[in-house]
Amino acid sequence: MAAVTPPAGGTLVEVRDVHYAVAGRPPVFSGVSLTAARGRITAIMGPSGTGKTTLLRLMMGAIRPQQGSVAMFGRDVATLGHAELYAMRRRVGMLFQNGALLTDLDVFENVAFPVREHTRLPEPLLRRLVLMKLQAVGLRGAAEMRPAALSGGMARRVALARAIVMDPELLIYDEPFVGLDPISMGVILRLIQALNETLGITSIVVSHDVHELTAIAHQSYLLSEGRVVAAGTPQQLAAEPTPVVRQFMSGAADGPVPFHYPAPDYRAQLLAEEA
Amino acid sequence: MSIAAPLVRASDRVARIGRVGVFQLRLLGPCGAALARPRLIVHQVYNAGARSLVIIMLCGLFVGMVLGLQGYDLLQRFGSESALGIAAALGLVRELGPVITALLFAGRAGTALTSEIGLMRATDQLAAMEMMAVDPLRRVIAPRFLGGVIAMPLLTAIFDIIGIFGAHLVGVGLMRVEAGSFWSQMQSSVESHDINEGIVKSLVFGVACSLMAVYQGYHAEPTAEGVGLATTRTVVISAVLTLLLDYMLTAAFL
Repeated sequence: MAAVTPPAGGTLVEVRDVHYAVAGRPPVFSGVSLTAARGRITAIMGPSGTGKTTLLRLMMGAIRPQQGSVAMFGRDVATLGHAELYAMRRRVGMLFQNGALLTDLDVFENVAFPVREHTRLPEPLLRRLVLMKLQAVGLRGAAEMRPAALSGGMARRVALARAIVMDPELLIYDEPFVGLDPISMGVILRLIQALNETLGITSIVVSHDVHELTAIAHQSYLLSEGRVVAAGTPQQLAAEPTPVVRQFMSGAADGPVPFHYPAPDYRAQLLAEEA
Repeated sequence: MSIAAPLVRASDRVARIGRVGVFQLRLLGPCGAALARPRLIVHQVYNAGARSLVIIMLCGLFVGMVLGLQGYDLLQRFGSESALGIAAALGLVRELGPVITALLFAGRAGTALTSEIGLMRATDQLAAMEMMAVDPLRRVIAPRFLGGVIAMPLLTAIFDIIGIFGAHLVGVGLMRVEAGSFWSQMQSSVESHDINEGIVKSLVFGVACSLMAVYQGYHAEPTAEGVGLATTRTVVISAVLTLLLDYMLTAAFL
């Protein structure tokens, strides 16, 4: 397949001043703003528990912000009705952290699932389409396997085939590298890049794997404590002097993001227990 | 303890009942859509029904045999052993068949439904469907609910037939009740409204048990503990609901 240059410019996703909190808990976001450009790979990074997956749920309209707005394809997601929201989601493919394959279907049927649900494609055509997508992720030979028999990396690739089977304009990856061995990680990384370069699919990758993301992302955002603390190209992020960015990029155990969860004084607690 | 606490608990329980009612209403539309895809429903009738067959047949046989023994012991005191066929048939068709089938259904198929749906929630399968613009209520919940509702009367009928066979085995084979009077009295005394009562009960229990199973699974906390708790709730609530509804339906049919 010949590589196509991703079309430049144009914003596909725009998150503007989003505030979000769950009742009784500290706010997850307090004024997050970011954009994902059409045809580009946008990385959203941040330490665990910073709400990266929550941000994806906001983008997909699964939850709504208390303040601010999330626009996809130029429309505010919060204002979409049920039918419009589902129509919007049909233009998006999403890769879940654990693959989220349907365990009662085999690999072929998992990939065919969205097509069967949304189209009336004749069986021979559907079969060809699914085999093409499985071939693209290197798993055509695993078409008859059950999800339980797949390794983590294979499950992730099947989920990727399912995510692209409807030819989405936008692909969202939620922690695509978690728990993968270096070979599987390399395969997923290559696939993300290849899908972007060959098909021009806009990609949003949420992860905390700094080195993998900086290798493929055109634009990166770093989330911490409910807001964007740094944004720019991977090179700009690497040169960012802010302590929290330095800690995250270098993987230091302690720093602005403390190693210890807030706790009473250690010595006092131990002595009190002894007494 | 403040006086408000019991009131809060009571209002919470009423709210929970309300939530089940709202869920049932939300399920109506998807049920209509699911009917247009009968293959999904047939698959669920197989899952909930065919896979419960062994336990239903086995229990039906033993319940029928016990009815044969107890019925014979009671009736022979009045010299009416020949009425054993009627006693067993009416007991099974009107009461024991629907009730015990519902209790077994809740324990076998209901728990399977709840844990399956709960695990689908815990492993993001339902969320993935929503992200693929596929409504899980239409694709997962409605076919399972309808499958359970259809399977229950079929299982009840099988339970009744095997139960009557069990009563015949003990009454005629062991206690030497005359086979002719066993069958002829049953044939002459069991009327269509007795059968209707059994059918209505099994349908109502089918709706109640299937609804409870899918509701608990769909709203299970997405953790191992949450799915376990939801499964337990399915059995307990379905059993209580079945007996409560049985009393109300029996009173209505008398």
